[in-house]
Amino acid sequence: MLTKRIIPCLDVTQGRVVKGTSFTHLRDAGDPVELAAFYYREGADELVFLDIGATPDVRDIMIDIVERVSEQIFIPLTVGGGLRSIEDMRRMLKAGADKVSINTAVVQNPKLITEGAEKFGSQCIVVAIDAKRLESSDGHKWEICTHGGRKSAGIDAIGWAKQAASLGAGELLVTSWDADGQRIGYDLELTRSISEAVTVPVIASGGAGNLEHLYEALTLGKADAVLAATIFHYQINSISEAKDYLAARGIPIRKG
Amino acid sequence: MRKGNDMAKVISIIDYGAGNLRSVANAIKKLGYQPMITSDSREVLDSAAVILPGVGAAADTISSLNKLGMTDVIRQLIQRQRPLFAICVGLQILLSGTEEGGWYECLKVIPGKVKKLPPGFKIPHIGWNQVKQRVSHSIFEGIPDEANFYFVHSFYAEPEDMSVVAGTTSYGVSMCSMVIKDNLIAAQFHPEKSGEHGLRMYANFLKLALNGR
Repeated sequence: MLTKRIIPCLDVTQGRVVKGTSFTHLRDAGDPVELAAFYYREGADELVFLDIGATPDVRDIMIDIVERVSEQIFIPLTVGGGLRSIEDMRRMLKAGADKVSINTAVVQNPKLITEGAEKFGSQCIVVAIDAKRLESSDGHKWEICTHGGRKSAGIDAIGWAKQAASLGAGELLVTSWDADGQRIGYDLELTRSISEAVTVPVIASGGAGNLEHLYEALTLGKADAVLAATIFHYQINSISEAKDYLAARGIPIRKG
Repeated sequence: MRKGNDMAKVISIIDYGAGNLRSVANAIKKLGYQPMITSDSREVLDSAAVILPGVGAAADTISSLNKLGMTDVIRQLIQRQRPLFAICVGLQILLSGTEEGGWYECLKVIPGKVKKLPPGFKIPHIGWNQVKQRVSHSIFEGIPDEANFYFVHSFYAEPEDMSVVAGTTSYGVSMCSMVIKDNLIAAQFHPEKSGEHGLRMYANFLKLALNGR
């Protein structure tokens, strides 16, 4: 049986991990390579690196990080943040990333999804969807936002998810902009709506504050994987604790 | 360029532009070996062990290999019973043909078809799933039965001869996830992305390959 994936996300800017300073037992918890190796040993199923301050000149730092991480850890590695072209994708994949995660560039140019999938295979192309909840008289909906949440694209998130999948995305990384960083739980309705609308796997992101939240996303939210940053970085829970908890509640999980 | 006796210990990774080449090389280096990454048919034929990496579509893979004359090399390696480890689409192209993109003829080294995963589950099949060992073989040494390996694919191989099916995995269908035929080892999953069990599988393969000569 396919297991549900637990994916720590490392936010990196200028070559340093932004969160995670509470890892007192690591020599340098700000070093993405050291933190990645730590999560690998702890049993992470996959890792996501998000370059949150990505500009062309610091992209080279990220490439160096990806090269060094891929020499040490032998689980899938996804890199996102600021990737704008086929050439950007190629450089990351060549450096050792297994997948690239793209948001703004594919909203502006959806054909890039198809081009990327044709060049590198669908399995390499993760479309990141940042969704904001909008209340209206006839209920609510979600619209996607780009540029790290700063811009609203005025596009319906569910419709975009379907389009991205049909254009060749291998996976969707769905982040609730409202829940992100709030530790209030994932937006289960958003995750479920998208997961039911597409046939590709969906990774839930944004809002995890405890282990119950992970469980909810994988059951009620129908997610295939959960991504979390805060609870792992600030050691509210370890990855092995998360796995024990989920396994005890009947979720298929990889251990050992 | 290494010649003569030196080649007895050479491990080649076939370079035809596959996306996961670097990950495979990193895994082999982690085990303490220095792999040769090559697109030269002579070097591949002279190697003690060969790894055929693979991600993406079968048709593209075959056409890239053809351009380098590598499909014949792969057939020869198998004919000469050279240790060969084929990964993911590297396994699929060894069958008679694939349903991917309608119907596409493959290398016909292993009679059988490559079929689309059945609907009802998320496709691609992405993530960690168990490999049930159907045979006792040194490739599994130190790896428990039903250990998890990392998969990412939408098609799966269905060999006609069940005796070559060394491992199976369940995803809507019980599919062949590993083939062993003489010195050919082929896996639908990615050992280079499957943590310690994956590294162990490569180590077992190299031990077999390098000690067997």
